[in-house]
Amino acid sequence: MAATISTAKRRQLGRPVSIVGAGLSRFGAFRDMTTRDLFVEAFQDLIDHMDQGIDVEDIECGYIGNYSSDLFEGQGHTAPILADWLGMTPTPITRIENACASSGSALREGVMAIASGMYDVVLVGGVEKMTDLPTEGVTDVLASAADGLYEVPAGLTFPGIYGALAKAHMDRYETSLAHLAKVGIKNHTNGALNPKAQFNSTLLDMMERRKARAEQQGQPVPDWRDEMDFLNDPRANPWIAWPLRLYDCAPITDGASCVLLVSSEIANNFTDKPVHVVGTGQASGRPLHDAEELTSLSAAREAAAQAYAMAGVTPRDIQVAEVHDCFTNAEINATQDLGFFEPGEGPRAVDEGRTALTGDRPINTSGGLKAKGHPVGASGVAQVIETFHQLRGEAGPRQVPNTNLELGLTHNVGGTGGTCVVNILRRG
Amino acid sequence: MTTETRAFNAVSFFAYLKEGQLAGIRCRSCGKLSAEARPMCQACHSRDVEWFQFSGRGQLSAFTCISVVPNAMGEKGFGRNNPYCSGIVTLEEGPRISALILGVDAANPQNIATGMALTLDVRDMESDRPTLAFVPA
Repeated sequence: MAATISTAKRRQLGRPVSIVGAGLSRFGAFRDMTTRDLFVEAFQDLIDHMDQGIDVEDIECGYIGNYSSDLFEGQGHTAPILADWLGMTPTPITRIENACASSGSALREGVMAIASGMYDVVLVGGVEKMTDLPTEGVTDVLASAADGLYEVPAGLTFPGIYGALAKAHMDRYETSLAHLAKVGIKNHTNGALNPKAQFNSTLLDMMERRKARAEQQGQPVPDWRDEMDFLNDPRANPWIAWPLRLYDCAPITDGASCVLLVSSEIANNFTDKPVHVVGTGQASGRPLHDAEELTSLSAAREAAAQAYAMAGVTPRDIQVAEVHDCFTNAEINATQDLGFFEPGEGPRAVDEGRTALTGDRPINTSGGLKAKGHPVGASGVAQVIETFHQLRGEAGPRQVPNTNLELGLTHNVGGTGGTCVVNILRRG
Repeated sequence: MTTETRAFNAVSFFAYLKEGQLAGIRCRSCGKLSAEARPMCQACHSRDVEWFQFSGRGQLSAFTCISVVPNAMGEKGFGRNNPYCSGIVTLEEGPRISALILGVDAANPQNIATGMALTLDVRDMESDRPTLAFVPA
């Protein structure tokens, strides 16, 4: 596996923690919904899908990831508003902010709140309402997750920093634009099987729809032969931050996610199929210009090392994973940083189909951030929800073929590696 | 040197840039250089730091050419039809820093080479926050 920057100390939870239910809002652009409406929708989905029901009064505490309701919709101090809209006052709810890793961190906080012995039943989740602002405004808000003194004044945007990472990967390894495109094609293929996905459609279908629309409107019909042809057409897939193009970027998304965590001792009061949180790691990293290397995120390697040590497992044991593909190159980086593939082997694994739904290492079966959508504060827990469903064998048409799933992993990155959270889940 | 009394923070960093100088921090305890102005060494936590003037020479270690621009760059005339280049510059003294890369053909990134030699060229000198930029040496 990739070299870790530390031999992570083996930390243990004070007592075991389990996930016993999950709720997800629709992901997309919802003009008439605010942060609170989105989170209520996810919460109602959770209530409706608890195997043995839940009395809301039994929830003792909550941690909700949210990057920036302040800048996206002008609303700060979001947590008590959510408590009110969920009918949960005076239950304490705390907002957790770690950019796009906000809800990965929120889940960790919830796990630790139960492991400490203080609470038995905790709600964790995330929410982001992003589509009120025009693209330039969203670009500015996301860029504020980078260093405002030493990165943003250089003109670096969020796609820009990932673009520089992609360029560094291409300089050092065999990574090409085609590899990035293949990650996008794969994730859209998975997203087409996910009814909650913002892009519930393959890239091939999206291409055919564009052709049909051109024909209907009496315009010249593009002669794209396949997805790769479509993606190589700069009119369809323009540059955003070279070498990243439009279809390399996760979309701007409204959405919310939540799961119910309980002490494992009482998990069977809620479900016969709990999923245990057996490893959790989190680490901080420096801006890209101050990183030890430009082809790997040190926080990801460290968070993974912590989570593997706590769970007592190795990368080889992980059977399904949701990784933070905010840009297609980020998925390739992640699969290397997590030790699934050796440094430089990520692109070849994509070529060989190893990360596809039917591959030996299925990555982003949900469609990933790329196709499912990326409501930034909600994404970490949304990753956990997909893994929860896979481990319980209830992922429907996108269920991985391996019928003996035991271990899954989520990898949630904040900013451009400033924060990384890795959680490892085991089927109960 | 009177400049030694400047506080070790970003206000001073930008004040140096306004004078055309890229100044960072050297730790007197462990020798660590930082291209960012800090009051405490990130490596050994020593508070015994001093200003260090970088030569302004370096090389391009990674870059991107940005077409979907933030508002601040849009106001400078950049955009879809006029992309700009941002990069990671490795200074000849060792530290790296993010900077705007000017004097390159950002519309044709294949013509920009990682490893190319660069030299400091501060822009927006009239501003309290001048722009840290480099151009091909």
